[in-house]
Amino acid sequence: MDESTKVADKQGLNRILTRISHEILEKNRGSNNIVLIGMRTRGEFLAKRILAIIKRIDNVELPLGILDVTLYRDDFRTSLKQPEVSVSDISFDINEKDVILIDDVLYTGRTVRSALNALMDYGRPSSIQLCILIDRGHRELPIRADYVGKNIPTSQNQEIKVKMEEIDGEDAIYIIEV
Amino acid sequence: MPLVSKHLLGLQGVAKEDIELILDTAKTFREVLERPIKRVPTLQGKTIVNLFYEDSTRTRISFELAEKRLSADTVNFSLSNSSVKKGESLKDTVKNIEAMKIDMVIIRHSAAGTPLYLTKICNATIINAGDGAHEHPTQALLDMYSIREKIGRIDGLKICIVGDIAHSRVALSNIFGLKIMGAKVSVCGPATMIPRQIEELGVDVINNIDEAIQENDILNILRIQLERKAGESLPSLREYAKYFGITKERLEKNGKNILILHPGPINRGVEISSEVADGSDQIILNQVTNGVAVRMAVLYLLGTLN
Repeated sequence: MDESTKVADKQGLNRILTRISHEILEKNRGSNNIVLIGMRTRGEFLAKRILAIIKRIDNVELPLGILDVTLYRDDFRTSLKQPEVSVSDISFDINEKDVILIDDVLYTGRTVRSALNALMDYGRPSSIQLCILIDRGHRELPIRADYVGKNIPTSQNQEIKVKMEEIDGEDAIYIIEV
Repeated sequence: MPLVSKHLLGLQGVAKEDIELILDTAKTFREVLERPIKRVPTLQGKTIVNLFYEDSTRTRISFELAEKRLSADTVNFSLSNSSVKKGESLKDTVKNIEAMKIDMVIIRHSAAGTPLYLTKICNATIINAGDGAHEHPTQALLDMYSIREKIGRIDGLKICIVGDIAHSRVALSNIFGLKIMGAKVSVCGPATMIPRQIEELGVDVINNIDEAIQENDILNILRIQLERKAGESLPSLREYAKYFGITKERLEKNGKNILILHPGPINRGVEISSEVADGSDQIILNQVTNGVAVRMAVLYLLGTLN
């Protein structure tokens, strides 16, 4: 195993998500027009957590969608491995909504770019706000997050690994040296 | 996990994992087809030629839509307005088209083996859209997708293919594909339309349509292909309709709610009655919708291979 440092545990993650949930509600003045969209895979589970927290605070069940951006990626011609696609599931209208786009790590910004293109194919939301658990820097596109869990400046040979109980068996964030 | 093969020539000998991958991937594209904007940028910059040496409505439009919905550039070739009329050979035609820098060729031809031949003379990815009485893999894939959508599995199901088995590429691709996926396949039709030694492919032959209805979960009704010499194997269409046509009365007589597939185009009142074809629980038009998704999956999986 490579050298790894734990930067947040279950409690830490929970605190971050609680704060972000409050920020989302504060910035949008309540939850009236908000829909949540989580990006496969970890973003989906983060979105479900935020959904639960907002339900506790405001007693509303927000619409939740899941977005798979594989078909919109820009590295088909350069990557050696063919990415596996899975199904997006957005069963509500996003027109005129404030979309909160949720993912675990913000790095080059290319995945978010794909997600923006994908969302535009579903409709014309009145705004899209980006919610990110970890911003690790090294952007290659002019993209920034509206809600950031933690800023972790990394070097290119480090990796951020977000683990979530639903699929990884534990809640934690690691920095891994590779 | 990429497909093993660069081309899709048929389903004979294809790995089960590959068929599953195509069917699973098709689910993604089925969702794309439900969106307000039914287009994804995945195959941007790829050029695909639809080379149809034989008439087709469904398959050609289906492939063309699938290509456009993946943002590929498409060129259509049809026999009637091409230089084939001036005597140009298939090889020269393909070589010339290839020289125009294309990535994929969708080929339909009346001669079995044409797609395989193309893989030997050009570098493009070849997809078989029907070659003679040999194979029509995307049709069988969309049949299997439709079965999975309706029943949830293929493994262990009993499926009977009814009609002119001898002249049908749909039948052959279905037999190969369904058997790989673990279904029990039988064929039913007049003896003149059942090829000899078909049992060697591991299928049962049923001569009586009522028996076929009773013993199976699904019927895949083939079209009586008048353009492929069906007349030589049949005394008359009326006789075929009487002994093998699927009608409401026949289904009711056997007291069975059976899933019915048909690859189209339908000869109403011959192999299937309008009542059954348009019935609420049948999935014939659903098959057509699924066809676009399945073809998008095949194009995606082959088109993004490096």
